[in-house]
Amino acid sequence: MYKIVRKKNLNPTVTQMEIDAPLVAKKAKPGQFIILRVNDDGERIPLTIAGSNPVEGTVKIIFQIVGATTELLNHKNEGEYISDFVGPLGVATHTDGLKKVCIVGGGVGCAIAMPVAEEFHRLGANVTSIIGFRNKDIVILEEEFTACSDKLVLMTDDGSYGRHGNVTVPLKEMLEAGEKFDMIITIGPLIMMKFVVATAKPFDIPVTVSMNPIMIDGTGMCGGCRLTLNQNGKKVTKFACVDGPDFNGYEVDFDEAMSRGRMYFDFERHAHEETCNLFKNV
Amino acid sequence: MAINPKKHEMPTQAPEKRILNYDEVALGYTAEIAIEEAKRCLNCKNKPCVAGCPVNIDIPNFIMKIKDGNFEDAYQSIAESSSLPAVCGRVCPQETQCEMKCTLGIKFEPVGIGRLERFVADWHNANVEASQDKPASNGHKVAVVGSGPSGLTCAGDLAKKGYQVTVFEALHTAGGVLVYGIPEFRLPKAIVAKEVEGLKNLGVEIETNVVIGKTLTIDELFDMGYEAVFIGSGAGLPKFMNIPGESLKGVYSANEFLTRINLMKAYKDNGSTPIQHSKHVAVVGGGNVAMDAARCAKRLGADVSVVYRRTEAELPARREEVEHAMEEGINFLFLTNPVSISGDDKGFVNKITCLKMQLSEPDESGRARPVEIPGSEFDIEVDSVIMSLGTSPNPLIKNTTAGLETQKWGGIIVEEETGLTSREGVYAGGDAVTGAATVILAMGAGKTAANAIDKKLSAK
Repeated sequence: MYKIVRKKNLNPTVTQMEIDAPLVAKKAKPGQFIILRVNDDGERIPLTIAGSNPVEGTVKIIFQIVGATTELLNHKNEGEYISDFVGPLGVATHTDGLKKVCIVGGGVGCAIAMPVAEEFHRLGANVTSIIGFRNKDIVILEEEFTACSDKLVLMTDDGSYGRHGNVTVPLKEMLEAGEKFDMIITIGPLIMMKFVVATAKPFDIPVTVSMNPIMIDGTGMCGGCRLTLNQNGKKVTKFACVDGPDFNGYEVDFDEAMSRGRMYFDFERHAHEETCNLFKNV
Repeated sequence: MAINPKKHEMPTQAPEKRILNYDEVALGYTAEIAIEEAKRCLNCKNKPCVAGCPVNIDIPNFIMKIKDGNFEDAYQSIAESSSLPAVCGRVCPQETQCEMKCTLGIKFEPVGIGRLERFVADWHNANVEASQDKPASNGHKVAVVGSGPSGLTCAGDLAKKGYQVTVFEALHTAGGVLVYGIPEFRLPKAIVAKEVEGLKNLGVEIETNVVIGKTLTIDELFDMGYEAVFIGSGAGLPKFMNIPGESLKGVYSANEFLTRINLMKAYKDNGSTPIQHSKHVAVVGGGNVAMDAARCAKRLGADVSVVYRRTEAELPARREEVEHAMEEGINFLFLTNPVSISGDDKGFVNKITCLKMQLSEPDESGRARPVEIPGSEFDIEVDSVIMSLGTSPNPLIKNTTAGLETQKWGGIIVEEETGLTSREGVYAGGDAVTGAATVILAMGAGKTAANAIDKKLSAK
């Protein structure tokens, strides 16, 4: 059992928790993920690590309530326990030799982008952050990004806060103005990452994308998280859990990844509704 | 009295009934049948059956005790050599091991050794309270990586000798392939849980949710005071065919399909882990895992076809599993090999295209090599494809343990007599060494390593 040490609602559908998991906290690096089960017989879900405190032995996760399991998790309170919490899994974000980076985060993906931005800041790199949200009400982590970014651009789709438009607008402007990033690191919805890659392509700037597919074990056993990379005209299958979650954005087959991500869409929606009803009846 | 030329049949659930549930298919001998079957044993002096058992159970000894009705004595006799009799009595391929060597088998059907082992273990589990006595500690600490058959055996053997053993398991439940791979109807999970409980009673600690190679490394285990490490991390990495369409929705590795069903209980109506309920499933492969996947898919309500590139004679699965699958109405398409998978406009599988094959001269594995018949393409309409082509060891430990030598395909290299790896104090066994094999071979390897570890540490 793993204790929820702190819980905070970042916006109506996004929650932050710090979980007591000393072994994971000791090893966790930005870009890695954990898998948790809320209770026995629950499903295993992967969540990217949003930070860790090795001294206190806690690991921070930030999740959006999208399905039955995240709904259940959100109903757990500070001081309560979840059944399972395993990690850190996957390969940490590659930072070596990168002096000037652009972090592009979208929605709840910003929760994962934030520790990556912090890590580059800690290593002395020049950090530009572009973070995007649907509207003002769901903006998260603005302070944290301000603290670790040399330059921060906040976008909302409806213009209710920050600049109006999506994250590719300022990115394109910067690239056109001649900004030479060593690397663009983007974390968010697949469709956003796909467009970030398309935006960067004419400028020949490398892009790292963080994939978050459906998975079960997280150790390379099930292959459910597989995705296709196009490497020099050859199709190569990789497992996001052990080979990723970070990949070269120019190689990822986004259309396939988007399709695979919707495999259990109907089941998920139904399960989420049932879970919500469960809590309504209590 | 004349010897009955045939083994007593195993009572089973009727096929038409069992495809509607996940309860165990084979129901087990009654005491009466067990005693009658035990009477078939010739109790021959040279005991060829014992040599056929990877853990050298004194088979005639336990069978004679059954014959006399001393079932607990029979259990204790098996327990001297095997720590998982209820498991082995169910999943061992006895027909190619102990029973193949049985003297009676020269003229008649061999003694039903596996069925008798299962009877004894089940009788014990139902009638005898587990002992709560922990062996006296000898002060030595040993770490075991993985809680599958090899790890559990190694842990049990060492604990009985007084070692303080901790088993590290990556998943949330102990048992390894016994819980994520082998279905409930072939090996009830309550039996595995009972065996794990037995180890805990011996003082073995089980740490779930620890991935060695990620959460902790082998080197850190030594820093934590463990004096030896046994790696029994299995072969968990699934193979795919690398044909077009394998990333379509509805294409599963057998590992994923079985893990969803067995470990995550997706077959239950209220299961929280989703699984597709398909109409027509193609299972590609012919091993025991393929049979398990096919029979699970059947129970989820699908029409199931096993697609295998050789003939029935070359099927690597146990005969009993194949027969059970056939009884349950699973189709077999022999001499058939998939070349591509196609999907609908939403990215879900809708057909698999196959080629007819013919057998040619034997390949390096000694089995006849299947060769494509040009122009023989045909389509099968399916909404799921399960790839059951074997697995290889996971590289997580290899990649994080300096000096641990492995084969090119990932198997850890060990000294056969001891299980010792290229790293001092690090032993390995089971599928992590051999690639996907059987439960009993893994147990044998766990036993070998436990002996070697005991020799090494007790000499300290």
